[in-house]
Amino acid sequence: MTSILFFEQLLNGIQFGTMLFLMSAGLTLIFGVMGLINLAHGSFYMIGAFSAALIAGLTGSFWLALLASLSGAAIAGVLIEILIIRRLYRRDHLDQVLATFALILLLSEGVRWCFGAFPLYLDIPENLNGTLPISNDIIYSKYRLFIIFMGLLIATGLYILITKTRLGVRIRAGQNDRQMISALGVDISKLYTIVFALGASLAGLAGAMIGAIQSVEVGMGEPILILAFVVIVIGGIGSIKGALIGSILVGVTDTIGRIFLPELLKIFMEPSSATSVGSSIGSMLIYILMAFVLIIKPSGLFGKT
Amino acid sequence: MKKFTTTLAALLIMGSASSFADGHKVKVGMITTLSGGGSGLGIDVRDGFMLAVKGNKNISVITKDDQRKPDIAVQLADKMIQSDKVDVLTGIIWSNLAMAVVPATVNQGKFYLSPNAGPSKLAGKGCHKNYFNVAWQNDNLHEAAGGYANSAGFKNSFILAPNYPAGKDALTGYKRFFKGSLAGEIYTKLGQKDYAAEIAQIRASGADSVFFFLPGGMGIGFMKQFSQSGIKLPVVGPAFSFDQGILKAVGDAALGVKNTSQWSKDIDNPANKKFVKDFQSEYGRLPSLYASQGYDTGKLLVSAMSKAKVKDKDKFREALRKADFSSTRGKFSFDKNHHPIQDIYVREVIKEGKILTNKIVSVGLKDHSNAYVSECKM
Repeated sequence: MTSILFFEQLLNGIQFGTMLFLMSAGLTLIFGVMGLINLAHGSFYMIGAFSAALIAGLTGSFWLALLASLSGAAIAGVLIEILIIRRLYRRDHLDQVLATFALILLLSEGVRWCFGAFPLYLDIPENLNGTLPISNDIIYSKYRLFIIFMGLLIATGLYILITKTRLGVRIRAGQNDRQMISALGVDISKLYTIVFALGASLAGLAGAMIGAIQSVEVGMGEPILILAFVVIVIGGIGSIKGALIGSILVGVTDTIGRIFLPELLKIFMEPSSATSVGSSIGSMLIYILMAFVLIIKPSGLFGKT
Repeated sequence: MKKFTTTLAALLIMGSASSFADGHKVKVGMITTLSGGGSGLGIDVRDGFMLAVKGNKNISVITKDDQRKPDIAVQLADKMIQSDKVDVLTGIIWSNLAMAVVPATVNQGKFYLSPNAGPSKLAGKGCHKNYFNVAWQNDNLHEAAGGYANSAGFKNSFILAPNYPAGKDALTGYKRFFKGSLAGEIYTKLGQKDYAAEIAQIRASGADSVFFFLPGGMGIGFMKQFSQSGIKLPVVGPAFSFDQGILKAVGDAALGVKNTSQWSKDIDNPANKKFVKDFQSEYGRLPSLYASQGYDTGKLLVSAMSKAKVKDKDKFREALRKADFSSTRGKFSFDKNHHPIQDIYVREVIKEGKILTNKIVSVGLKDHSNAYVSECKM
């Protein structure tokens, strides 16, 4: 176990974290502004990936495919918000969970109906293939650096949007006092649609970027969704800053834990049981982290008490 | 009212009469994964099975989706046994689901024909007279991969598999035949898609080869990321990560990789040729090994039905054990623990025109059975 390996794993953790951020930013915004628990957020991840695979298959361009993932998921988001989600804001959380869970089933089966049950092909562009030497010893995948870069770019963009623009002011006002902002003449339902579409498109972008190195298949969003919920609980529900810190924390804990825990256990145990016990505990680590955060700060790291 | 009761009685008599006449009929319950991740495998098994029993009026099949969840599979099995009164259950893809369903099913006197999962427990101490595996014991393809690694001159392998029963069987199988040392051994999370951390470890380990068992979507992610990582080590694995259903999604990253399989579309025998042709004309795609397993399961059932009635359990079991059907794999028989004795091939991923597919390179293990026969008291 060398420091080079550790550094590489740290980068892997950060990359995983930035991807989680794209998912959880939307989720936390939607919850913060509209008070809606959206289980179907993972479906936008899937829709983004499938839109990208479709466009990449037709045009052969990865960049057009990324654009398609953003717009595909955003369009789906607008439609779903207007047709279904809009009716849920005033209902309690249980109704929202039931309705959005139904949406997962509908969207998954819908996508399977259109594209079939077999995974689709989506690959990274030629110029991002391969590795880049960061220093003499450390080489790292160009594409994963690209994901980190995109994640940070979007985090900055969101920060500017929320703090410096009129739309951001409205979003923050919506978080604080829904009645007051609509009394002041802001078209609240349009604002909700915009926020929902924004969240959906970020999830779609994440789906396309990750789909290119993993697989584009039905049901790909749900495992990520669970992690995104862990992230927003850790970061504090409604806080973008919390989502960013939470994602990086979860990404790094998960990656480092699952690799180094088995190694650590090998000091005390025989290798084969260390491997199996270590990987079992490794996959629990983020939930243990969540439990600790909740004990110390019950409303999350940056949540409002 | 009287008229009604007589009609009812008449209907009942007719109903029971017809069920007496139907001693040759078999009701099959198929529990398989048809939605969500991994549904491609279940769909192929189902389609292969349905193709084999197509037009057979004596077989009725109830198909249900287990969503890859053990609890749902157990519920479905209970319902099929208790209210649908099926005679034979089949279809389960995943070993953890098989472990949850099979023991209870066979203990209730039903037959279970496995078209895929073959956990070691059900081959050894947990074997049962009513359980037949038509595919393989889980270790088999990995054993062949270990054997291939020896002949390819690999000395120091890095091995990885998901942390679930079949994953453990996989690494055990590889280690049973591989004579070299291990540069590393990792169990990953079931359903994991990102292998950056594992690939970094492979790079740092100094291995000369990589063996992996990551079925379904997991393997797609691994192969793509591995080829992007620029590590130039040879890769060997079982056919599950290189089957027809997912090769398209892996793309050229899979080209040239050696993988082991009990079936390939170019095995030269009439049954296989007919299967490949019929499957393509029925479903408009090339069959995968899962489809061939489903097909052979169907053919085995039909062969037993022509010899014995399913209600006559002992005779029917004997008929199944004979495996008197022409398998797509050519030679096929059951060992004492009701798992196949068959050849396992080494295949290579090639391009036929624009389509990625496999061709046989050599026979990896001839007439191969499994390591658990002696543990099975039957």
